[in-house]
Amino acid sequence: MNPLIELKDVTKNYGDITALNDVSLRVRQGEIFTIAGPNGSGKTTMLRIMAFIDTPIRGEVYFDGVRVSGSNRSQIRTKCTMVFQKTALFNTTVYKNIAYGLKLRKFPKNKTDKRVENVLDLVKLKGYEKRLSKKLSGGEQQRVSLARALALNAELLLLDEPTANLDPKNVSIIEETIYRVNREFNTTIVMATHNLFQAETLTKRAALLLGGKIVQAGTAQEIFRVPSKHLASFARLENVFSGSSRILKEGTSLIDVGNGLEIEAALKRSGNVTVFVRPEDIIVSKKPISSSARNVFKGKIVEISDLESVVKLKIDAGKQFIVQITKRSFNEMQLNVRSEVFLAFKASSVHTV
Amino acid sequence: MTLEIIEITLRSLGVSGTATLLSAVWSLPIGLTIGIKDFHGKRLVKGVFNAFLGMPTVVLGLVLFLLIRHAGPFGFLNLLFTPFAIIVGQALLITPIMISFTTSAVESIDPDIRDLAKTLGATEIQASLAILKEAAGGTLLAFIASFNRAIAEMGVAYMVGGSIPGSTMVLTTAIALQRDMANIELGLTLAAILLSIVFAINLTVNLIQKRRP
Repeated sequence: MNPLIELKDVTKNYGDITALNDVSLRVRQGEIFTIAGPNGSGKTTMLRIMAFIDTPIRGEVYFDGVRVSGSNRSQIRTKCTMVFQKTALFNTTVYKNIAYGLKLRKFPKNKTDKRVENVLDLVKLKGYEKRLSKKLSGGEQQRVSLARALALNAELLLLDEPTANLDPKNVSIIEETIYRVNREFNTTIVMATHNLFQAETLTKRAALLLGGKIVQAGTAQEIFRVPSKHLASFARLENVFSGSSRILKEGTSLIDVGNGLEIEAALKRSGNVTVFVRPEDIIVSKKPISSSARNVFKGKIVEISDLESVVKLKIDAGKQFIVQITKRSFNEMQLNVRSEVFLAFKASSVHTV
Repeated sequence: MTLEIIEITLRSLGVSGTATLLSAVWSLPIGLTIGIKDFHGKRLVKGVFNAFLGMPTVVLGLVLFLLIRHAGPFGFLNLLFTPFAIIVGQALLITPIMISFTTSAVESIDPDIRDLAKTLGATEIQASLAILKEAAGGTLLAFIASFNRAIAEMGVAYMVGGSIPGSTMVLTTAIALQRDMANIELGLTLAAILLSIVFAINLTVNLIQKRRP
C-alpha cells in the first residue's frame, strides 16, 4: 500500500534560516503519526508542507503515490486540511466557519446543515451553530477549528499542537475526538506536539525533529518509553538522577545517586549513568509494603498539585521524586503536605537516558 | 429653483458615487495586494500613497486640465467639461485614500486567515476574498472616506468640469457660484444638503457596523 503522504529529501528555508533540512518521511494510510520536537524544530513547517500551503525549495512530496507539483497542488490540497496551533477563526458565526470549506466544495445547504450538526456533536458543542466564534472561550474556539477541519472529511488531517495551552477538559475532548475520527473514519492524522504523554497514548508511530532534521523515527513505544538523548534534550523528564553505577551479581545495577540513596535498575551498566523513573510508575503507600519492587524509600510530601483526575506529589526522600496517583487514591489515603509515605518502584521501571 | 437643486444634488451623488466605484476597481486589488504580500519597497509604496492622501484638489485638477484640454495629449478624447472628466478626476483623487484604508484594513486581519482558507480548499483568489471579507469593516470605511472626499472636493470638479449649469455643476461648485452671485441663502441651502449627505452616510455606516457580528 502506498503511504498516504511521503516527503523525500525535503528542504525548506525562510530567508537565511533552514527550517527543514533534507527530511524524508512516510505516513501510512489510516495511522496517527506524531512529530515531536521542541519549539522551532521545524514541526509547523513540516505540517505546512504536507498541507500544501508551503512549498519546499528542494525535494519532493507525494500524496497517495502521486507527485505533487504546481499543476495538481490546489486540487490535492482539497484532500487534506490543517488545524493551526494558534486558533484562526473567521469573524462570523460557528456555523459559517464550519460551512466555509463545504461551501467551496459546493455542498447543498441541507447536507451542509447536517454535516455541521454532526461535527459540532463530535467536539461536544451541540447547538453552537449561531454563536459568534470570537465570543467563545479559547478551548471552545479550538474545538470549532477542529470541527471545521473534520467537516471536510479530508483524507489527511494535520494538527499543529492541537491541545497546547488548553485546560484538561478541552484537552480530553480534543484527544477523544482525534482518536474517534481515526478509528471510525480511518482518517490519517499527523500531529505535531511536544506533549509526550499525548504522543505516546494517541499514536503508534512517531518521529523526533530537532533543528530541522529527523533524528529518530519509529514506534511511539520505542521513542517515548525509552527516551533517547535527543528526546531528553527538549522533553521535560521527571525523576532524573545521575550517579555512579555498579553491576550486581544478580545482573542488575545499583546506582548511587547521592544523599545516601541507591537505586536498583534492571540494566547492566557501570560508571556514570543518568536514569529516570516515570511518575506513574511509582507506588505510594502510608506503610511499608512487601512487594517485588526492588526500590523502596521513605519520604515526606513537600508539595501537592491537583490536575483534575490525577494528583502529582513532590516527595522528599533524600532526593526529590515526582509521583502521580489518581485522585481517588489520594483521597482514600488522606495525604497532606508533610505526610510521611513510602515510595516503591521496580528495577525495570528505571530507564537510562 | 427646487428642481435645479434636486438635479445638482443627484448629479453630485451620481458623479462621486461612480468615481468611488471606478476607483475601487483598481484600488481594492492594489490595497489587498500591498496588505497581503511582503515585497521589497513595501514601506516606500505605502509611504507614497500616504503622501498623496493630502493631494491638493486644485493641483490635481490643473494637471488633469492640462492633460485633457484640446491641445493636451488626451485632448482627442473630448473629455473636458463633461461629467465623465469629473468622475475620472475624483477617482484618481481618492485612489490613495482607498488604497491606504484597504491596506491597513487587510493588515489588521490575522495573517493565518489566508492560509486557513487555503487549508479548507480555497484557491488563491478565494483566499484573498476571504481576507477582504474579514476586513469588510475597514473596506467599508475605505469606501465611505473616499466618497466623502469626492463629494466634498471642488478643485477637480471646477477645473475639469467647469461647473456648467445643467451639465457639470455639482454641489461644491454650485455653492461657490452662489457666493460669487451673492446668493447667500441658496448657497447655505446647498451647503446644508451637502452636509446632510455626508452625515447621513456616516450615520448609516455606523449603524451597519453595529449590527455586523
